[in-house]
Amino acid sequence: MFYREAGQFKTTYAADQALFPIHQDRYAMMVILAIAFIGVPLFASDYWLTALLIPFLVFSLAALGLNILTGYAGQLSLGTAAFMAVGAVAAYNFQLRIPGMPILLSFLLGGATAALVGILFGLPSLRIKGFYLAVATLAAQFFIPWLVTKVGWFSNYSASGVISAQPIEILGKAFDSPQEKYLLVLAIVALLALLAKNLVRSRIGRAWMAVRDMDVAAEVIGIRILRTKLIAFAVSSFYCGVAGALYAFAYLGNVEPDGFNLDLSFRILFMVIIGGVGSILGSFLGAAFITLMPILLDVLLTHGSRAFNLNLEPGVTSMVQLLVFGALIIFFLIVEPHGLARLWQITKEKLRLWPFPY
Amino acid sequence: MSTWKKMAIALFALAGGLAMVVPVAAQQAGTQFMGILGYRVGPYGANGAAFFTGFLDYLALVNERDSGINGVKLSWEECETEYNNAKGIECYERLKTRNETGPTAIHPMSTGITYGLIDKAPVDKIPLITLGYGRTDATDGRVFPWVFPILSNYWDAATGIVKFIGDKEGGSGKLKGKKIVLLYHDSAYGKEPHPVLEAEAAKLGFELKLIPVPHPGNEQQSQWLQIRQYKPDWVILWGWGVMTATALSTAQKVGFPRDKMIGNWWAGSEIDTEAAGPASEGYYAASLNLAGKNFSVVKDVEKFVYGKGKGGDPKLVGTVLWNRGLAAAMYTVEAVRTAQGKYGKKPMTGEQTRWGIENLNVDQKRLDQLGFGGMVPPLRLSCSDHGGSGLVRFQQWEGGKWNPVSEWMSGDKAMVRKMVEESAAKYAIEKGITAGCMKG
Repeated sequence: MFYREAGQFKTTYAADQALFPIHQDRYAMMVILAIAFIGVPLFASDYWLTALLIPFLVFSLAALGLNILTGYAGQLSLGTAAFMAVGAVAAYNFQLRIPGMPILLSFLLGGATAALVGILFGLPSLRIKGFYLAVATLAAQFFIPWLVTKVGWFSNYSASGVISAQPIEILGKAFDSPQEKYLLVLAIVALLALLAKNLVRSRIGRAWMAVRDMDVAAEVIGIRILRTKLIAFAVSSFYCGVAGALYAFAYLGNVEPDGFNLDLSFRILFMVIIGGVGSILGSFLGAAFITLMPILLDVLLTHGSRAFNLNLEPGVTSMVQLLVFGALIIFFLIVEPHGLARLWQITKEKLRLWPFPY
Repeated sequence: MSTWKKMAIALFALAGGLAMVVPVAAQQAGTQFMGILGYRVGPYGANGAAFFTGFLDYLALVNERDSGINGVKLSWEECETEYNNAKGIECYERLKTRNETGPTAIHPMSTGITYGLIDKAPVDKIPLITLGYGRTDATDGRVFPWVFPILSNYWDAATGIVKFIGDKEGGSGKLKGKKIVLLYHDSAYGKEPHPVLEAEAAKLGFELKLIPVPHPGNEQQSQWLQIRQYKPDWVILWGWGVMTATALSTAQKVGFPRDKMIGNWWAGSEIDTEAAGPASEGYYAASLNLAGKNFSVVKDVEKFVYGKGKGGDPKLVGTVLWNRGLAAAMYTVEAVRTAQGKYGKKPMTGEQTRWGIENLNVDQKRLDQLGFGGMVPPLRLSCSDHGGSGLVRFQQWEGGKWNPVSEWMSGDKAMVRKMVEESAAKYAIEKGITAGCMKG
């Protein structure tokens, strides 16, 4: 009834190629953006901003980066956290070593450094595929945090190898309140998501998908495999690098390189799998599920046990939370193995027919 | 269709849950609320459970025996961090606005989480107390007004251990040419002692080799092969959780004598040694506090808390980490009491508590009064010294318990202080902080 495209005619090529060809989608997106940019900073508490929304956005960006590589170009990677570490460390060093360096440029250069490292570790992808490539990217995962801790220069000879991110200041304005940090992260993530959405619809994106679906066929129709794969590695690592810089600068403040461990890489991979492989929206849904769901369960369990006067030991709620979270992951994967994004797509199709399904 | 109904229900449940996250009523108004970042699950859960049970038992004791601090009752909420930095930050953000006076003072009980909170504490005006862990150079309170690495820090521990080794070898002059291995947990925690040990090595002329063990440390075959080839005179063990027990049993396997191994205080609890069984016999550890039930405060806890069925876990009472949790809670409570002396007998805010910690003076007389005499050394803090005594006491694991084998002693305190000031000054420049004492 509400979600129908009848009567919406496309009269130009531009209209046909629009990001959101259906009016309802476009308006919904505008409303979401308006809420995110105006409503949330006005009404959300500091807790929501610093503990939930900023990490959610940062992880969305990292998941987006991995989704470009794994979901679109079909190259499985377990080095996501390492590329985030490169971004964080590089941004920190650009900021530290070049006086008067604008912080946004540091983030960009951090991303660019991560892209270079990504290309380097993407080189084996020409010869090896699938799980074997995943194992090759593991090399990045172990090598980079090791290098950062081994060579004191990267952390400015900090005794413990911890990087203390500099305060964020753009054009003389300090971004130190949770609202300002949130807005900065949101703006960067929104911009990069828009870029990604367009990138995957472009010639490069189609080349990635061709390589993913069948590389021999892609080569036959004239797609240069090596270049396509390396671009995928570069773009993906760039996104992860920027996410890593934001993780350090806007979220944690002080980062130890060990924070970027294999666990984090797996978490981001799970975000992509649960959210939807090969979907921009899926990256956001997956990040929301993985970062916010455990906290939600924790809060529900703590309050629930208090409401029913169950004197649970503090550790028990945590265990129960892990159990329920695991069960939920399995539930969602059984209901929809293609991820939350696919669920949303099915919902949209059903909505078109609602309330008179046939 | 049924799937869709299920989905709808799940979504509604989710939305309802989200709505519940926001309205958290300010609870137990008029009490001194303690926000606790605890951990009882995960690879370090056993250590956390012992410490936080002791902490909560002491808070319960203050409520049950003294009806609070000068009549102000204590209340608390524990949030599970799993020793994970991101979860720790989330817990901190969740607890920081729980009560009108905030969470009093935070004990992160994790060097990683401490690092994550150091920049947040001054903004939120919440003091961090890091008892025997955390950022060492925060001892310089002029640069880190909100951070209190009380009792002893890692650098005190490292120089203390070197001094102890020197004593065993017959004087620090005899250390020249000796070989010492630092086997460390490969994290911010394990890297803290490096600079000071390197400085000691240069000064005393011993050879130092640093060998990392990756988290969580349950596989150390290659590290110990390296140690066997190197043939060190002593191994300093900077372990945590399962890593310590694994090191002890692997040392036994490769035939390295355990009485040439010295742990720091996080590698010196019953959890570590009991897990390794007979392999632990003879192992030394630098300690911040003594173990055992032979202190009047422990008897009070057994009577007033466990006697009324309000205790955490009777098995943990008297263990090293439980006693440490008890002491950590005691210092926090005393800080609040000190602050009350200035600001009045009501719940203290984070700012007021900070003043209380900075002006904390728990001397031997007070310790005896509180029933802690002999368990911990006296503690006196000031603006420039947020650390305190820097004393450690060595214990040896023999016959299934920890026995003290030295008096309270300190290493090269002057060198540690100099390095703390240098490192803090560097941090101040990096962050654009003007060092100075806070008023009020």
